[in-house]
Amino acid sequence: MSFNIIVLAKQVPDTRNVGKDAMKADGTVNRAALPAIFNPEDLNALEQALLIKDRYPGSKITVLTMGPGRAAEILREGLFRGADDGVLLTDRAFAGADTLATSYALSMAVRKIANYDIIISGRQAIDGDTAQVGPQIAEKLGIPQITYAEAIEEVTPGHIRVKRRLEHGVEVVECTLPAVITVNSSAATCRPRNAKLLQQYKHAKTITERQVEHIDYIDIYSSRPYLNLTEWSVADVDADPQQCGLTGSPTKVKKIENVVFQAKESKQLSGSDAEIDELMRELIANHTIG
Amino acid sequence: MANFYTDTPQFRHHLQHPLMKRIVELKERNYADKDKYDYAPMDFEDAMDSYDKVLEVVGEICADIIEPNAEEVDHSGPTVEDGRVTYAPPTQQNLDALNKAELMGMGLSRRFGGLNFPMVPYMMSADIVSRADASFQNIWMLQDCGETIYEFAEEEQKERFLPRIVQGETMSMDLTEPDAGSDLQAVMLKASYNEEEKQWYLNGVKRFITNGDADIHLVLARSEEGTKDARGLSMFVYDKNNGGVNVRRIENKMGIKGAPTCELVFKNAKAELVGTRRMGLIKYVMSLMNGARLGIIAQSVGLCEAAVREAYSYALERRQFGKAIIEFPPVYEMLATMRAKTDAARTMLYETCRFVDLYKTLEDIGRERKLTPDERDEMKRYSRLADAFTPLGKAMSSEYANQNAYDAIQVHGGSGYMKDYKCERLYRDARITNIYEGTTQLQVVAAIRHVTTGTYLQRIKEYEAMPVTPELEQLKRVLKQMAEMYEKLVEQVTSQKEEDYLDFHARRLVESAGHLVMGHLLLQDANKDAALFRRSAEVYIHYGEVEVVKNYNFITRLGIEDMAYYKPVITEE
Repeated sequence: MSFNIIVLAKQVPDTRNVGKDAMKADGTVNRAALPAIFNPEDLNALEQALLIKDRYPGSKITVLTMGPGRAAEILREGLFRGADDGVLLTDRAFAGADTLATSYALSMAVRKIANYDIIISGRQAIDGDTAQVGPQIAEKLGIPQITYAEAIEEVTPGHIRVKRRLEHGVEVVECTLPAVITVNSSAATCRPRNAKLLQQYKHAKTITERQVEHIDYIDIYSSRPYLNLTEWSVADVDADPQQCGLTGSPTKVKKIENVVFQAKESKQLSGSDAEIDELMRELIANHTIG
Repeated sequence: MANFYTDTPQFRHHLQHPLMKRIVELKERNYADKDKYDYAPMDFEDAMDSYDKVLEVVGEICADIIEPNAEEVDHSGPTVEDGRVTYAPPTQQNLDALNKAELMGMGLSRRFGGLNFPMVPYMMSADIVSRADASFQNIWMLQDCGETIYEFAEEEQKERFLPRIVQGETMSMDLTEPDAGSDLQAVMLKASYNEEEKQWYLNGVKRFITNGDADIHLVLARSEEGTKDARGLSMFVYDKNNGGVNVRRIENKMGIKGAPTCELVFKNAKAELVGTRRMGLIKYVMSLMNGARLGIIAQSVGLCEAAVREAYSYALERRQFGKAIIEFPPVYEMLATMRAKTDAARTMLYETCRFVDLYKTLEDIGRERKLTPDERDEMKRYSRLADAFTPLGKAMSSEYANQNAYDAIQVHGGSGYMKDYKCERLYRDARITNIYEGTTQLQVVAAIRHVTTGTYLQRIKEYEAMPVTPELEQLKRVLKQMAEMYEKLVEQVTSQKEEDYLDFHARRLVESAGHLVMGHLLLQDANKDAALFRRSAEVYIHYGEVEVVKNYNFITRLGIEDMAYYKPVITEE
């Protein structure tokens, strides 16, 4: 028994240890000042895929990412931990994408990969915190989705059982395959990079990287085909340029404000109309809204 | 993300030493593995890049997993039940992480699945692991016993045992017994050969065996009935899968509590001879111990680093009399001295590693083909230097680990005496480093002949000949004056031709040589990277100068006749 797994991963600025220069004057993230890292929950997702591969060694893991050329680093990070293959979706036309355009582009790449049983991604990326891309991909592909996954408990051909971590407890759900699973940070931490795989794959490059960088070992790319990382453009995945990037993004960022939370206490509401009315009145009174 | 490799730039500095070019070229046999193994390096730069990247992984695992586990490991420790040891759960978690990262068998050749790393990056890993948890470093470093199997066992034995080490099976070296500690010639564990079965059996007791319930044991045993000395001892390998060895108890130790120290009972345990009979202690244990001593130097350096960092961050935070205590001269003097000792111990560790790498790799190449006369000379030269530097490094660095741990508590004041602070664990953990794998007193016994035959002095002269920038000339002059004093002392003590007198002053002579060697190495480090090493070079050389002057005064004022005041007066009851 074996499974074809696609792990969706994103390279993000490390917003966890931010210094003074983390934000630009206009309130946007200063990407140059922050190290680019593997989105933490995507690492949890990768670990879930690797655990399936541990159980079913014939399984194949493909890491798929969308981003600029340097996002190829994410693919190598995946290979160092045990992924089998990496695909970088990159094109100027993908730039400025919101979650709708992103999920469209990724879903087109997934269709191109074609042969998949499970798509696993992190719940959300730390730079946007939307948690929308995974579910949107499932919708676009017309397959089931399980969000907030903490552990994939069982996989059999055409079927998966997943433990979800919710606010007040856990829930075990099942669905048919193929499916999209989005994973929480409460899931198992990703394993460290493997010393041998690291040495084996450290020269893995996309074609663009090989064109723009100085490459020391030209010959190995023909003798070791696994060192060639796949790179796809809009045209490669037959995507409609109108639905990609800024053009395909209905979300327009009007203004970004730096908000510092002052209050320490929290409040839980049951969701009754009376409570919501009361809350609205309170928020309007203290000028949080309006 | 915390990383114990990248946060300590001293590692990259030592990794970039010019001798590495030769070391890697030899170790990689001119990069012959590149067509056989897809993880083998293409050339020197590629190999160096791999070491750097793998060390980054080690640094990450140590910072993210091993160090955060250390407190719990120290509290819960291993347990024994029905003769079998179970590690504390976090210790097992550490092992699993390193196994998953395939960081076992780091030094072993690729044909057995190893990473074929030279000693330099391998010991850097040991140094980093020790900073995270010294007790775990014991368990992890015992993989080095594989080196002894590699050097002395039959090919067929290597093929059976070495890949298992790479796959994460643990090892132990079973040497000491209740009546054979420092004096291993007294080992009594009996090895008897059954002619019919063509099988060796081991019977007896071993004591103080680190990681004694390991999967694979190297055992020193008496194979020649009726003998009483070293020549009756042979080396065996025992496979736990065969059974016959039980753990009777684990010791309740002061420190390194995560590493089980076991008393073992051998009851008709099947074992295999390693190498030639009667060579167990004379040849194999000596080799085993040299590797183990290097591991303890790395452990000591890691502890030095942990102690100075604990003290530093506490001194920065703790406020008294309206300011952070780090601003008070008596406190920052302690901190600067701790940093200097750490840098000194570390630079000597990697100098020693380079010597070991060069001679061991040439020795290994000598098994494949005849060495050229030049290569043989090179091997002999570095073998001698390794032989001289290993006990000197062990003696100096393990004492520094203790001194730094002591000072770390001092910087913490009353809080440091409480179990709540990490420095208390470091203090207990460090205490073993100058005891096991030969006490400092025994390291002095091994080192003193290099004082009397001039190995150290010759190397010191070589260091003196290395150029430094004008601003470092003054420090070099201080070192030259120290060397003159050292020469006088050696002459004064040896000219008496009295063995007891030499033994009496041996430690002072050896330590003086140590200050000189470390001072010179730090001077060279500062010459290459002033920003990183200038302070430590200044602080250490001043410290060393005072120590050498102190030794000079003591030795020149204490003649043979004065030894009478020290000799014990034993009265019979």
